[in-house]
Amino acid sequence: MVEFTLPKNSRVTDGKVWPAPVGAANTREFRVYRWNPDDGKNPHVDTFTVDLDDCGPMVLDALLWIKNKIDPTLTFRRSCREGICGSCAMNIDGVNTLACTKDLGEIKGPVKVNPLPHQPVVKDLVPDLTNFFAQHALVQPWLQTDTVAPEKEWTQSREDREKLDGLYECILCACCSTSCPEYWWNPDRYLGPAALLHAYRWVIDSRDEASGERLDLLEDPFRLYRCVTIMNCSKACPKSLNPAKAIAELKKLMIERQKT
Amino acid sequence: MKVTSIRTPLAKVRGLGSAKSGTEHWWEMRLTAIALVPLTFAAVVIVISLIGRNHAAVAQILGSPLVAIIMLLFIYSTTLHMRLGLQSVIEDYVHGKAMKTALLIANTFLTIVLWLACTYAILKLSFGV
Repeated sequence: MVEFTLPKNSRVTDGKVWPAPVGAANTREFRVYRWNPDDGKNPHVDTFTVDLDDCGPMVLDALLWIKNKIDPTLTFRRSCREGICGSCAMNIDGVNTLACTKDLGEIKGPVKVNPLPHQPVVKDLVPDLTNFFAQHALVQPWLQTDTVAPEKEWTQSREDREKLDGLYECILCACCSTSCPEYWWNPDRYLGPAALLHAYRWVIDSRDEASGERLDLLEDPFRLYRCVTIMNCSKACPKSLNPAKAIAELKKLMIERQKT
Repeated sequence: MKVTSIRTPLAKVRGLGSAKSGTEHWWEMRLTAIALVPLTFAAVVIVISLIGRNHAAVAQILGSPLVAIIMLLFIYSTTLHMRLGLQSVIEDYVHGKAMKTALLIANTFLTIVLWLACTYAILKLSFGV
């Protein structure tokens, strides 16, 4: 039936409080989720004090500072540190976003850092996104054509290319899908905003010849229609994209080919 | 965690494939919602106009053709809308297979009973059988 409480071994407890750096005048408290699959303990929240005069302005800078100066076992993904790779997506101050583009100045009080919600945790701030990426593969995010490929390239009008703006920029960081309650309840069957945004991006690509088959894949009470326009996705997107609108457009196309 | 099945992630998310339905449910939800905007307003006005009247007057008003038809449409749209909505709620929150199936069946039955009882009441007032 419905589960209202976390299983016993998932309850988050208080963790270690690390001493503040000596002589630091300008500090900030960080409360960071920790979980180690090997020690058999419950997840816990460690408290770190970061010397802001010795560290960059973003949350990722602070996490790197903690890893370098206090606890090298702190585990998280990061790569480009400029919002283009999507690796450092996590829940910061209650909001899913990229640690590398989240300014510490925007956060009031202690900085709470947790892994993306409702995904299995690999360790600390690293979520297991296997299911999320498989859903991206399900929507077949590549150009599909039956016409013999032209010698040079598939051409596209300027207008048609512009239709892909606001869609192609998605970096698959999973901030949107993991902020969606519908995705939390049915991650195995609902594709989630990120995969659906990519599906829409290919459905409306003027060069693609498989729009109908793509819609067939989505014609399902769970895959597409679990979306009830909560719109957390659009609120969460660190790239300011609008997955909720993409999903609404998909529903409109479904209506267009069946009803109107 | 104990491994009970080894499948690729893609096999898992593809599952049993697309159900090839869903748009109908979505469309009906919207149609009933649109219909219920004027119908709910009318039903509320009708019910308020009944306040303080005796049984005979209430029976006469509810049984008069225009009022009866509005009420029948209101009952149909409401119960259909309720069934579709409750179905989504069950699908969202109830994950035990047996419990989910039982609740989905109960939802359908309950809706039909409710629809039929209300409709019967209005028709009885209309035709006085």
